[in-house]
Amino acid sequence: MSIPLVIGVPLSWYLILSAILFTLGVAGFLFRRNIITVFMSIELMLNAVNLTFIAFANKLGQNDGHIFSFFVMVVAAAEAAVGLAIILTIFKNRQTLEIDEVSTLKN
Amino acid sequence: MDQILFLLFAGIAVLCGINLVLQSHPISSALSLVGVMGALALLYLQLGGEFIAAAQLIVYAGAIMVLFIFVIMLLNAGKERAVPRYLWVRWAGLPLLFAFIAAMAYIVQRILPPSGEVKFGAFTLGSAEAIGTRLFTTYLLPFEITSVLILIAIVGAIVLARKEIE
Repeated sequence: MSIPLVIGVPLSWYLILSAILFTLGVAGFLFRRNIITVFMSIELMLNAVNLTFIAFANKLGQNDGHIFSFFVMVVAAAEAAVGLAIILTIFKNRQTLEIDEVSTLKN
Repeated sequence: MDQILFLLFAGIAVLCGINLVLQSHPISSALSLVGVMGALALLYLQLGGEFIAAAQLIVYAGAIMVLFIFVIMLLNAGKERAVPRYLWVRWAGLPLLFAFIAAMAYIVQRILPPSGEVKFGAFTLGSAEAIGTRLFTTYLLPFEITSVLILIAIVGAIVLARKEIE
């Protein structure tokens, strides 16, 4: 495969990078057992989606994608605040951060 | 030049992402995530999103990650203890991951027209002025709803994390 000599970057590169980052986020979400690391994997997935939004905004010549990714950031901030408060509460009640130990609702 | 910069920042982002997943200590994961966010902010700049790049650095890498690291230190979270995994998870997990990425890359390459190229400086609607104009005209209602959402989140976080006063 020969890359033609152009100045620009193909749009698909951005999308593939976003796909790789999203997959890494999914992998971290599934494989890690520390509840904080799982939470950070979710942030990684949100970031990957933001990259897609902004790449397509560039492609379509509109800035709607920027606004949506701004909303994603805002929601992520709210989610981080509430989620970390929940983690604090879990740790206060159970003295553990292992996600496998928090299984009261199971069965 | 654009391609070299893209490959550099994309490489940093992917390496930091892999490090995030592989590290067993949450502080290392958090610092890797900061690396991913910094690299992504530079990619946003390359895509013409000045405002979003700044917001990414200030809100994500600044505020949210400080919150994460603060909680990690507050809870004194140590290394994750290793749990034995099923054999097929250990051997099939990584190939499945690669197969998934390859399938997505293939679909992206098939669907997109080959002419779609991103040139630095070609997109000028990413400035704070352009985004602010859209945000306060077309997207005014979602913007206001978002502020209510943030207020609810603040109140919820305070209620969840406060000490019980008896």
